[in-house]
Amino acid sequence: MTDCGSFEKPELVCPAGTPAALRTAVDAGADAVYCGLANETNARNFAGLNFSAQALEQSIVYAHQRNAKVLMAVNSFATAPRTSLWHDAVDIAANAGADAVIVADIGVAAYVAANHPDLRLHLSVQAGASSPEAIRYYCKEFGVRRVVLPRILTVGEISAIHREIPCEIEAFVFGNIGMMSEGRCSLTNYAAGISTNMHGVCSPASAVRYVGNSDGSTSAELGPFDIDCYSAQQPTGYPTICKGRYTTPDRSEPYYAFEEPISLNLSSLLPDLMRAGVTALKIEGRQRSRSYVHMVVSAYRRAIDDISAGLQPDLTGLAALTEGGKETQGAFKTKKWR
Amino acid sequence: MSNTHFESLHDQRSFIAQTLPGLFGRVIAPLPLFPIQPVLLRIVREVTKNRPELFERLGPHVRSTFIIEVNELPFILRLCPDPERPELTAHRRSDSISHDAKISGPFAPLFDVMDGRADSDALFFSRDITISGNTEAAVCLRSALDDLDGSIVEDLMTMRGPLYAPLRFALSHLRRPHTGPII
Amino acid sequence: MKGHDLTIGPVLFHWTADKKRDFWFRIADEAPVDAAYIGEVVCSKRTPFFDRHLEEVALRLVSGGKKVVWSTIAEVVSKLDRNVVGSVCSLDDAEIEVNDASALGSVSGRPHRIGQYMNVYNEGTIRHLARNGANHFCLPAELPLATIQELSSAAKLCGASTEVQVFGRVSLALSARCYHARAHGRTKDNCLFVCENDSDGMALETHSGKPFLSINGIQTLSDRYLGLSSEIRSLCQAGVSALRLSPHSFDMVEIASAYRKLVDGEIEADELNKMLDGIGVPQPFMNGFVHGQPGYERVSGLPGH
Repeated sequence: MTDCGSFEKPELVCPAGTPAALRTAVDAGADAVYCGLANETNARNFAGLNFSAQALEQSIVYAHQRNAKVLMAVNSFATAPRTSLWHDAVDIAANAGADAVIVADIGVAAYVAANHPDLRLHLSVQAGASSPEAIRYYCKEFGVRRVVLPRILTVGEISAIHREIPCEIEAFVFGNIGMMSEGRCSLTNYAAGISTNMHGVCSPASAVRYVGNSDGSTSAELGPFDIDCYSAQQPTGYPTICKGRYTTPDRSEPYYAFEEPISLNLSSLLPDLMRAGVTALKIEGRQRSRSYVHMVVSAYRRAIDDISAGLQPDLTGLAALTEGGKETQGAFKTKKWR
Repeated sequence: MSNTHFESLHDQRSFIAQTLPGLFGRVIAPLPLFPIQPVLLRIVREVTKNRPELFERLGPHVRSTFIIEVNELPFILRLCPDPERPELTAHRRSDSISHDAKISGPFAPLFDVMDGRADSDALFFSRDITISGNTEAAVCLRSALDDLDGSIVEDLMTMRGPLYAPLRFALSHLRRPHTGPII
Repeated sequence: MKGHDLTIGPVLFHWTADKKRDFWFRIADEAPVDAAYIGEVVCSKRTPFFDRHLEEVALRLVSGGKKVVWSTIAEVVSKLDRNVVGSVCSLDDAEIEVNDASALGSVSGRPHRIGQYMNVYNEGTIRHLARNGANHFCLPAELPLATIQELSSAAKLCGASTEVQVFGRVSLALSARCYHARAHGRTKDNCLFVCENDSDGMALETHSGKPFLSINGIQTLSDRYLGLSSEIRSLCQAGVSALRLSPHSFDMVEIASAYRKLVDGEIEADELNKMLDGIGVPQPFMNGFVHGQPGYERVSGLPGH
């Protein structure tokens, strides 16, 4: 913690899966919006989402006119022999006037550093840089200015890392949390032949099927594997392997072997995060609707402004937006989560 | 928007949601569906004419066929969002119609998705709305609707002609107030 | 294919110290492999159990004619994780395999290897890491052949070599959370080393009873065993110089011998599969990744480009 509990007002970084969502986020008070191109170069390569080069350019103009930044995610892993696709994405971001690129891949980071030395470089959560040593390496080699920390650290650990690294910290405060270390998960590729790292998508809709069973339940399948099964009235989230239910030899009743369908909501930890030295607070959800973006961004905008003004924030409305209506403070509150 | 006859917005919405299919049902139950077909065709033509950006988001699924099944209605809708030959037709529930994806659910959440005012992502996957068949096609349709400035409902409310007066009236009462997106 | 190296990867599972020591002694004395990777890769909490045996294991392997490589922890979060990485990197003269970016700074400028947990997907990454001192890359398990070929060519240009896993369950994900502990209602901090009970991983099945995954502490592995056989010729032609066998509690000496025969051209792929079946390795093997197909699949024919 800093000396007298004081802190700089953090930047609110918000998701946009479509130009409409970007405008919604900017209008709702986002300081920065992050987005990606409609191809394999970013980690939310979902069908029907994301930006063309032209839409990106127009969106950046819209954001800049309203004093908001646009951070472009080029955060999947450039895969030979398709490497140039990622280089092109970086060039598009630079030409369109993006305020930063968010990258995970060493090769892409090296490309940015060599070809766009003035373009601000952020290290994506997909890089999985979870120790000061790893973060310092990226800062030294590529001039990384900000690291997006994995969602596995406690606030105390974030504070400790802050003291040991030369760059800014961006931390997730709201939204979906995957259980696997980001950038190190091939589960989707195992089941469906589409790689999260190489194709930028986890649990792609093209491989998801809902199948009705004779007992009234519904199975969610990814490829040939039934990764969950819901009774008629059970609330659920989008089916992913790490939020599915399975049995083990000791547990014949299917259970959430990795994590329940649950969303991160750190609203009550915001003052602690700010004191821990976090420069930017990030909301997850490029795949979510603009209605969701509007609600979450507005609520966090008010909360940050209230806390910065010494007022008690009101964040009661956010629970309804969490996955399956359930929320968690994940790893941030206590190590017991692990 | 006036809602003086109703205790709450919810009452109003559910009243209309119940009345609409009732009206439709009474008029068409024993009869062929043809009276509403021209209205549907005009709707889908209007939308495709004014909203070319929809097709961009649909990507490969512009040629897909969607079945939309509103629980309260006595018929189902079949949508082919092909920009060259858009089709929206009504069919008996007993008809078996080949399709790529089927989207079904109660009237209210489906309407909100169409109106761009709901957290459609959550509705799709919390199973308030259920999807079957090609999940990707359904997700693309959702993304396409979500990326529109304004919404399809807004477009339909500006359709002119006496034939559309009842539609305009119904839509204006079904919409949620303009205080911003609501979940 | 003669001349290609066969290696034994790090032991991923929490075997008792005795079992693990005996395993490495037997590999040292009997297995026809060229290199062995020792050290804990999955969980730093396990390291105190085997630390005292590492030196004798290394010496025995060297006297058995094997090159010894020290692998680092793949997921580095806690103080203990960081200390374990630091102590491996401080070993003078040891050849180190880096499995997380945490170790890259400390091995900078010194020859070292890059392990399969590092995200190496393109030529730029190869070039950067080679400049940092990397001279050998064990590539990620999910790569298709076309990518393996490109990376092997890029490595060659940098004077480095490549290695690919050909046998054993495949690591699919890492986490900060321990799923072994979770399955037993515990947390990582009070796990009581329950992962020791499952010497090849804990099976996860789907609702319908389909075998799916295998849990090893913070690591999620495939349920199926990778068993590349007919693909090996293509891998070698693509420029791969070493083939990794990931240890399981089956007779790894016999498995290594069978693979040695295949690599040396003494037996065909079909015969290898029969031998592995005879040893008791569960079939069907997975081989999808190298074919550019879903990883779990068993694809027949040769991988395309």
